[in-house]
Amino acid sequence: MLITRREEFSASHACLNPALGPEENRALYGEDSNPNGHGHNYVVEVSIEGDPDPVSGMVFDLKRLKAVIRREVIEPFDHRFLNREVEPFDRVVPTTENIAREIWQRLEPELAAEKARLHRVRLYETEDLYVDCFE
Amino acid sequence: MTRLTRRYRFSASHRLHVRELSEDENRALYGKCNNPHGHGHNYVLEVRVAGPVDEHGRVADRAALDRLVESCVLGDFRHRNLNLDLPEFANLVPTSENVALVIGRRLAANWRQAFPAPWPALDKIRLYETKRNVVEQ
Repeated sequence: MLITRREEFSASHACLNPALGPEENRALYGEDSNPNGHGHNYVVEVSIEGDPDPVSGMVFDLKRLKAVIRREVIEPFDHRFLNREVEPFDRVVPTTENIAREIWQRLEPELAAEKARLHRVRLYETEDLYVDCFE
Repeated sequence: MTRLTRRYRFSASHRLHVRELSEDENRALYGKCNNPHGHGHNYVLEVRVAGPVDEHGRVADRAALDRLVESCVLGDFRHRNLNLDLPEFANLVPTSENVALVIGRRLAANWRQAFPAPWPALDKIRLYETKRNVVEQ
């Protein structure tokens, strides 16, 4: 069984590879390469897989899930310019794919439980574009 | 493996009717969707691609994906009568299932031209006829 919690953060980013020139970056990333950045209301869905505990009836403690997502992702990411203020996006291009993977790496060790594990991180950049990150 | 899903929209009309069945049988089978003059939907198409993240941090070039979907689906489907304007539906009833199959075939036929490398792969197509009805393959 899967249980999913949704959270949101608002942040700015610029998709720029510092090893490439402005024209190459523009060809690769289009408008996303504006060096001054632009922003999104990101939505992150975190899914945990496991069996409901026979006593509590829960796959995972949602209070704990909420606290972990807030601590590891929302607090450091919300209202920040990712490239300048959030590791490792000073050297890793903050594409939706790379942000989703970073969220996975931050959450995965915090969410391991006896009978449950992180199954998927889904990150919406807009309602028309999202990325799924699995193990 | 990472997946990227992009959502597109098009509005089109259709009529569910098969020649092999009588008028009464068509009405019984398709109900309101059999109205002879057709009716329309705001379709939502989700195209999911899968693959490794490349050195630029991307599963797929979104602009290339957008161009592909525009050229082989949206450009032909948008504001059209599916039964009358698209050759695939001359003899195929445009149920959501069949519309999704046709879209899948069109994307698959042009995929390698848009994405010459082994990745990304076309992973899934989901077609919402309304918010309440969705098919996927």
